[in-house]
Amino acid sequence: MKIGFIGDLTGDNAAIVIPPRNGAQLAIDEYNAKNPKVKIELVPLDSKADPSTAANLAKTAITEHKVVGIIGPAFSGESQQVQPILEEAKIPSVSPSATRTALADAGMQFWHRVVANDDVQGPAAAEFVARAVKPKKAFVIDDKSAYGQGLGQAVQKALGSSAEVQTDSFEATATDFSSTVNKVAAFNPDFVFFGGYYAQAGPLLKQLRDKGIKAGFMSGDGSLHTQLIEGAGAEQAEGALLSCPCKIAYAWAAQDENSKKFTDTFKSKFSGQLPEIYATEGYDAASAFIKAIEAGNTDPVKINDFLKTVDFQGLGKQVKFTDKGEVEDKNVYIYQVKGGEIVSVGNSTEATIG
Amino acid sequence: MLDNFNNLVSQFWPQTMDGLIKGSIYALVALGYTMVYGVLRLINFAHSEIFMIGTMGSLVVLTTLGISSPVSGVALIGLLMLMAVVGMLASGGTAVLLEQIAYRPLRKRGSSRLAALISAIGASLFLAEFFALVVIPWLFDRPGQGRNIIGVKRFMQREELFTIGNLTVTNDQVLVLGAAVMMMILLDLLVNRTKIGRGIRATAQDPQTAVLMGVNIDRVVRTTFLIGGAMAGVAGTLWLLKYENTRFNIGFLLGIKAFTAAVLGGIGNVRGALVGGFVLGLVENYGASFFGSAWLDVVAFIILVLVLMFRPTGILGESLQVARA
Repeated sequence: MKIGFIGDLTGDNAAIVIPPRNGAQLAIDEYNAKNPKVKIELVPLDSKADPSTAANLAKTAITEHKVVGIIGPAFSGESQQVQPILEEAKIPSVSPSATRTALADAGMQFWHRVVANDDVQGPAAAEFVARAVKPKKAFVIDDKSAYGQGLGQAVQKALGSSAEVQTDSFEATATDFSSTVNKVAAFNPDFVFFGGYYAQAGPLLKQLRDKGIKAGFMSGDGSLHTQLIEGAGAEQAEGALLSCPCKIAYAWAAQDENSKKFTDTFKSKFSGQLPEIYATEGYDAASAFIKAIEAGNTDPVKINDFLKTVDFQGLGKQVKFTDKGEVEDKNVYIYQVKGGEIVSVGNSTEATIG
Repeated sequence: MLDNFNNLVSQFWPQTMDGLIKGSIYALVALGYTMVYGVLRLINFAHSEIFMIGTMGSLVVLTTLGISSPVSGVALIGLLMLMAVVGMLASGGTAVLLEQIAYRPLRKRGSSRLAALISAIGASLFLAEFFALVVIPWLFDRPGQGRNIIGVKRFMQREELFTIGNLTVTNDQVLVLGAAVMMMILLDLLVNRTKIGRGIRATAQDPQTAVLMGVNIDRVVRTTFLIGGAMAGVAGTLWLLKYENTRFNIGFLLGIKAFTAAVLGGIGNVRGALVGGFVLGLVENYGASFFGSAWLDVVAFIILVLVLMFRPTGILGESLQVARA
């Protein structure tokens, strides 16, 4: 039996799509190793993050590969295009990483995701900042993307009453941030928040630190990647905070036995690569399908019916879907860069920073 | 509005300094666009990748020597020289090869300028993807990670030299600015005072007559690509020194900005590239300071349009040919 994986496997964002693909592969290999009656094959389909390509791939997956389910698409834009195609063909899908809130409101019966939506992370991250960091002067930066801006605004709103806030935003393609850095330096805040992706977060953080700005730094799941440390430099990245509605296995390895085991297996299987962001979700998405198939379901519609009732402890969270296909678990976790590595500091509602 | 003025005033000197640094790198890359345009009337879109290759060349020096902590004194000067030379060779070499493969055959067949332009865009995409898929994973031993950012460990300790008001000047800033201006002066001398330069100017002015006067056009074109590429190589070294990272697509935005600087200063004009680079860098940072960084590109391109409205040939106007032929 075949399950498709749709996502950007060779494009600019491959660094956050290959991990969930590998996570799913790992889950399926573990299942196949048990010599079950029906073996599963994962068919990776490279969309290069282009929605129309993803739509075509979904059609190919249905007609040529005769898949019984899709893991993905990885991003929200492509998910929106693929949703109606899978709905019509009655093929269930579970996305590991598409977080746009509106995806759940399209009334789809065959669509699911194992990651909480954008509306969950922003307020939780902001509450954490207001509670644990308690900045007096905060500077909020975003990259003008729908994701970065939304996150930045949520933080700004939550800090509004308790801190003096200034903002700035730049293009998502910018590489020199000197104008923003000078604004931050002039404002002299004790906390800086960035809503955007790791490719910019790293160099931005480095340029802030080089200007002598010592304020605390925080960003969201878009920057939660070892590439942040690569771009900023270990010394400059030290202490940076990150939030995510997900469990990063290697960051949880010290606290959680399953995460440690997953990290070790992942690293040995994929030539030393860390299970970066969404690897856990890829594993959990594949596990949901595996549970359905183990229960003897071979038909896509039956698998979908099973997904509606599925309820098990996954690697990252309790996997249980709402009527709309959202995952019920809405925990947001805080991470911090310590000694050049990303480590977990716990749930956003209780995490404290030293 | 008053707040905006206050921002601009309070951040004026730091923004000026950073604008000049950014501008000097724009200017070095702009030279490649402007010289090739002057000689061939071709916008070499692949020049952004030539710059990227310059950063990679310089990076190879760092990884080969295994530099992982800051060096100083003579060792630092030697290291920077070596990085610049390797960067220049990588960039210049690629530029010459590019001319040979992507442009010369078209020129020999007398194809339209549009064909060469398409070829340039194709070469640009090819080089970026080739580096992402093959060269970077192989060169830096990063299998499957050719698209990731490559961070560089600090190889020059940053020190504050002096502080005036809220402007703190550091050694890396002085070095980048100084090196860029020095390269521009050397290049200006080369173009205006040497035999090679005379050949370049003659070709820019009138290729047919230049041939009749015994100028070997092919060699002049090759030299032009070599020099323009080498300047991008120096820019690559300075980029690594200042920003300490690179990526397969690092040249994309910088290429657009450098091309804009070339047009702003007067495309085809070597001194124009310098002026254009500095003006663009400054305008961007002042604009961002006043309106917010989201407006950075808007302000920069409004200035470009305004300049071209009143001076269609750019600030310093016209090209290599008229400028003291």
